[in-house]
Amino acid sequence: MAADAALMQIIGLSLRVTLTAVLVACAIGLPLGAALALARFPGRGAVIVVFNALMGLPPVVAGLVVYLMLSRSGPLGDLALLFTPEAMILAQTVLILPIVVSLTRSVVEDIWAEYREQLQSLGASRLRAVPTLLWDGRVSLLTGVLAGFGRASAEVGAVLIVGGNIAGHTRTMTTAITLETSRGNLGLAVALGIILLALTLTLNAVAWGAGQWARGRLG
Amino acid sequence: MTHTRRSALLGFASGLAMLAALPAVAQEFIIVASTTSTENSGLFGHILPMFQAETGIEVRVVSQGTGQALETGRRGDADVVFVHARAQEEAFVAEGYGVQRFDVMYNDFVIVGPADDPAGVRAADSAAAAMAAIAGAGASFASRGDDSGTHTAEKGLWSAAGIDPAGDWYLSTGSGMGATLNTAAQVPAYALTDRGTWLSFANRGPLEIVAQGDPVLFNPYGIILVNPDKHAHVKAEQGQAFIDWIVSEAGQQAIASFTVAGEQLFFPSVQ
Repeated sequence: MAADAALMQIIGLSLRVTLTAVLVACAIGLPLGAALALARFPGRGAVIVVFNALMGLPPVVAGLVVYLMLSRSGPLGDLALLFTPEAMILAQTVLILPIVVSLTRSVVEDIWAEYREQLQSLGASRLRAVPTLLWDGRVSLLTGVLAGFGRASAEVGAVLIVGGNIAGHTRTMTTAITLETSRGNLGLAVALGIILLALTLTLNAVAWGAGQWARGRLG
Repeated sequence: MTHTRRSALLGFASGLAMLAALPAVAQEFIIVASTTSTENSGLFGHILPMFQAETGIEVRVVSQGTGQALETGRRGDADVVFVHARAQEEAFVAEGYGVQRFDVMYNDFVIVGPADDPAGVRAADSAAAAMAAIAGAGASFASRGDDSGTHTAEKGLWSAAGIDPAGDWYLSTGSGMGATLNTAAQVPAYALTDRGTWLSFANRGPLEIVAQGDPVLFNPYGIILVNPDKHAHVKAEQGQAFIDWIVSEAGQQAIASFTVAGEQLFFPSVQ
């Protein structure tokens, strides 16, 4: 029973950290990606390339950067966030944000190219068009959000460094799998991996179903 | 469009709500940077609930190699370090990062290797002779290679044997004790491990203990409060309470009462 409670706690923490990171990354990344698609400014190409490249940022590097920021000897040390779930959310947000920004930019650019004249004839400015464009691209955007979720729920490098894998406090599915592997409990490690996969599968199925429903009803 | 705005707002608000719903920080906790050998063996899971029941202080353990754990202390990211590499610990205190080092407990290192013992290590009469036999036979050896306490002890054994380990047979894994043992079991290779990790390690494959008992394999653990003069936020009072408890009779008995498969893993240092 105690082991079950610990497992539920680990699953709950994993979902809370990753889903919160996805929400924060979307709150920032959707408007930012749309703005990047519509705005024209010097250096825009460079910004796009940087965001595209950051999609490949190794989780362990993201973790290290966030660790150095949050460490007591770092610039944000006074916040006392290192080795907390909040630090893990921050690190995963850093990982997901480039995916959300880049995919949003790409999707919105395409829709804008297609409907530009129509929207402008309706008197919509670029800024006012953003919500419409995001809404029109919702099904494609969902794929980007799911990719972000997948990246965050699968990574171990960042959460291990900034969370510390503290039992009952910052231990997630992936850090628990790492720990059990290092204890030679390969069977338990695989079992945890299967649970993680099942969760990811369920979430993707729900998202796909919602996308189909939205397409049929509203599309 | 209003619908879009509303759902975006809802999403954002629920995100904030989830952030706010994160559990409030426990009233009293300390962070202890320790080693993989203590955490992986299950020692902390055994003794920490006793300490918390007695004092109400929660101990959050971040388990790393000794080198990394001391670095965590140097940066002020832990209140207490609990590690096993005496020379590094004494340097940590001498540099002013630690207040004082206390002996807590010890276990010992053992040399594990393939049961058929291709290098004839079982015949060696000392740990240094065992290492010389492995190098002489060119038999595979899996090293931590991560500046951990175990890696430091291993380097000491090589220099006692007068050998500079290098070559195809010497595998520096650059990872923790468990990962190194997983590698050694697959190759198969010899490896130096602390007895605690070995006893609780489940994936031994063809490996068994081939050398043990040499006094140089003695592996003492020390505990040090991070110096509040260097890092003012260190919870000196609670950290010291943990140190006082672990060297007290209650703490020492808690350590001695921890067993895996009926075997005691760690032996109290305080008489």
